[in-house]
Amino acid sequence: MGNGDSLFFSRVLTELTLSFHIIYATIGVGVPLMIMIAQWVGIKKQDEHYILLARRWTRGFVITVAVGVVTGTAIGLQLSLLWPNFMELAGNVIALPLFMETFAFFFEAIFLGIYIYTWDRFKNQKKHLLLLIPVAIGASFSAVFITIVNAFMSAPQGFDLVNGELVNVSPLVAMFNPAMPTKVAHVLVTAYMTSAFVLASIGAFRLLKGSDHTYHKKALFLMMKLGLIFSIATAVIGDFSGKYLAQYQPEKLAAAEWHFESEKGAPLILYGVLDNGEVKYALKIPSALSVLAHGVPNAEVTGLNEFPKDEVPPLYIHYLFDSMVTIGMGMTALALVYVIGTWRKWRFVVSKWFRWLLVLGGPLSIIAIETGWWLTEVGRQPWVLRGILRTKDAATTSGHVDTMLLLFACLYLILGVGSVVVLIRMFRKNSVEQELEDRASEKAGDIR
Amino acid sequence: MTLEILGISVLGMFLFGYIIVASIDFGAGFFNAFSTVTGKQHILTKIIHRYLSPVWEVTNVFLVFFFVGMVGFFPKTAYYYGTTLLVPASIAIILLAIRGAYYAFTTYGGLKHKRYTILYGLTGLFIPASLSSVLTISEGGFVTMEKADPVLDYWALFTSPLSWSIVVLSLTAVLYISAVFLTWYANHAKDEAATELLRKYALVWAGPAIITAAGIIVEMKGHNPEHYQRLLDLWWLFALSVVLFAGTVYCIWKRRAYGLAFGLLVGQFALAFLAYGASHYPYLLYPYLTLYDSFTNQSMAIALVVAFIAGLGLLIPSLYLLLRLFLFNKEYVEGNRNDEHA
Repeated sequence: MGNGDSLFFSRVLTELTLSFHIIYATIGVGVPLMIMIAQWVGIKKQDEHYILLARRWTRGFVITVAVGVVTGTAIGLQLSLLWPNFMELAGNVIALPLFMETFAFFFEAIFLGIYIYTWDRFKNQKKHLLLLIPVAIGASFSAVFITIVNAFMSAPQGFDLVNGELVNVSPLVAMFNPAMPTKVAHVLVTAYMTSAFVLASIGAFRLLKGSDHTYHKKALFLMMKLGLIFSIATAVIGDFSGKYLAQYQPEKLAAAEWHFESEKGAPLILYGVLDNGEVKYALKIPSALSVLAHGVPNAEVTGLNEFPKDEVPPLYIHYLFDSMVTIGMGMTALALVYVIGTWRKWRFVVSKWFRWLLVLGGPLSIIAIETGWWLTEVGRQPWVLRGILRTKDAATTSGHVDTMLLLFACLYLILGVGSVVVLIRMFRKNSVEQELEDRASEKAGDIR
Repeated sequence: MTLEILGISVLGMFLFGYIIVASIDFGAGFFNAFSTVTGKQHILTKIIHRYLSPVWEVTNVFLVFFFVGMVGFFPKTAYYYGTTLLVPASIAIILLAIRGAYYAFTTYGGLKHKRYTILYGLTGLFIPASLSSVLTISEGGFVTMEKADPVLDYWALFTSPLSWSIVVLSLTAVLYISAVFLTWYANHAKDEAATELLRKYALVWAGPAIITAAGIIVEMKGHNPEHYQRLLDLWWLFALSVVLFAGTVYCIWKRRAYGLAFGLLVGQFALAFLAYGASHYPYLLYPYLTLYDSFTNQSMAIALVVAFIAGLGLLIPSLYLLLRLFLFNKEYVEGNRNDEHA
C-alpha cells in the first residue's frame, strides 16, 4: 500500500474517531455544568427533585464519560500514529496546551470519582456541590485547551519557519492565536447548548411516554431555559466567527458560501445546489454576507476565484454550513417559543406534537455539532497546518492503516451500541417515581 | 541537570506511576476473572471493586499523560514511534477502550455477566503485552530506515526471544504487583479470606517475576551488547532491588506488615526501572534517536516544565483527597459505608 492509500485511510480513520468521540466529548463538556446547576438550584430552592436530577444525570454521565475517555485516548494516540510528520513539526509549538489538557482531564477524573462515590456521605448538600465545581471546570478547560490546539492548526503562529524547521518558538503566542477566541467560545457554548437540549429531550420523551411527574417538567423547563441562553450565545459567537474567517481564512468562508467573485454587498446564499459551477435553487439574502464578514452591508468580500486552485477547500462544505446554521436557528426559535409559551401558559407547548419537537431537539443539536466540525475541518483542506504543512505530507508512511480502520470501526460500533443499551437499561429499571419513594423511605426510617 | 534529563525524568515518573497503578488494575481484573472460573468469586469481587471503582479513570490518565508528555518534550518520537507503532499501539488502544468502557458498563450499568468478567480479565493481560512491544522496539534491531522513513519489521519482532521475554516479564510483574497490593488492601479491609487467597497469589507470582526480570538481562547480552554493558555497570542498583524483593517476599510469607511489603515492592520496581532507564541513556530508539536530538526547543521545554509544576500543584492535593476518602478511609475500605454509588 502506497502513501496515497495511507493518506486516504488515515483521513477516514481520523474523521471516524473524531466524529464518534465528539458526541461523547460534547456531552462530557456540557453535562457537568448542567449537573452542577441542577444541584445548585436544588439547594437554593430546597427542592429534592433537582438534587435527584443531578444524581440521575451523573449516573448516565458516567457511561458517556467512559466512552469519551477511551475514544479520547484513541484520538490522542492516533494523532502520532496516523500523522507522525504533523506531530513532529507541530509538537514543537503546540505541546503546551496539549499537555495542559491532560491536567484538566486528570482534575476532572479525580473529582468525578469522588463525587460518585460519596453520594450520601456528607449531610450538607453544599459539600456535594463543591465537588461538582472542579468536575465542571475540568471538563470545560479540557475543551478549551484542546480547541486551542485545533485553532493553532487554522492559524499557526508563534514561530519562524527557517528551512523547514520551526525556530524562535513562543508557546504562548501559539496558544493565543487569532482563531482561538472565537473557536474556544463557540465550542464551549455549543457544547452547553447541545447538552441542555439533549437533557431536555430526555425529559420531553419521558413526559410523552406516560410519566406525568413534575420531576420531568422541572427538568425540561430548566434545560430549555439554559438551552435558549446558550443558543443565543452561539448565534452571537457564530457571527464573530464569520468575521474571523473573512479576515484570516477567507477561502473557507468563500467556499462555505459559494462566493466566487469578490464583490461589494455580497449576498448570503442559503441552501441550493451547485450545478457545473452555477448555484441553483438558492435563497439569497442581499448584502448579508458582507454584514456577516465585515459588519457593514457594502463591504467587499473576497471570492474563491482569488485563490490558487490547489488551495481551495471542497465546495460541499456549503451543505454542512447550511445544516449547522439551520439547526442552530431552529433550536433557538424552538427554545424561545417553549420558554415564553410556558410562562404565558400557551396550551400547545404541552401538546404531543410540540413535545415531539423537543425530543427531536437533542439529536438535531448533535447533528449540528457534527456538521459544524466537518465544516471546520474540511474547510481547512488542503492544509493540516494552514499555509505550512499540507495534509498529504503529514500522513504516516505505514501500511496497515486500512486494517486498523476496520478494527476501529468495529470498536466504535460496539461502544456505541453498548453505551446506548446500558443507558436505556439503567433508566428503565430505576424510574424516578421509584427512586423518589426509596429516598423518602430511607429518610423516614433511616435504614442506613 | 539539563532540561532534557528533567524532561525524561518527569516522563519516567509518570510511566512508572502508570506501570504501578495499571498493574494493580490489570492484575485485579485477572484475579477477579480467575476467581470466577474457580468459583471463588464471592471472596474477591467485593474487595476488588471497592478499590477499583473510584480510581479506574485516574489510572487511564497516567497513560495519556505519559504519551502526551513524550510528544511534547520529544516531538521526534512522534515521527519514529508513531510511524512504527501503528499496529501494536492500535491494538492496545482498542483493548483499553473495550476494557474501560465495559468496566463502566458493568459497574454502573448493571451489565453483569460472567463472560464480561472473563473478557475483562483477559484484556488486562493482552494490554501489557502489546504495550511492552515499545520497550522491545526501543532496544533497536526491529526498525530499519527505508527511503528515510522508519519501518517496523514485524517478523523479526514476533520471532525475537527478547520480545517474548519482555512480554512474559510484563505479565508476571503485573500479576505480582497486583497480588501484593491487593493482599495489603484486603488485610487493611479486615477481609481475612481475601487476604489469604491474594497472599497465595503473591507468593506464586514472586518467583516468575524475578526470574523473568533476570532473564531479560541475559537476553540483552546477545541483542544489544552496548546496553548490556551499561546494565552491568549499574549492577549495584539491581542488587539493591533484589534485596527489596526479598524483603517483600519475607513480609508476605510471615503474614506481617503488608503495607511495608507493598512499599518495598514499589521500591524494588522503582530501582529496577531507574537502572534500566539510566542504562538506556541516551537513546530513545537505538541507534536512531537520542534524548538530545529529539528534544523540543528551549522555550517550549521551559513552558512545559512550568505547566507541569503548576499542574502538580493542583493534582497532588486532589490525589491526596481521593486517597484519603477511599484508600485510607477505614469505613469505606471495610465496606461499612453504604455510599458506594447507588
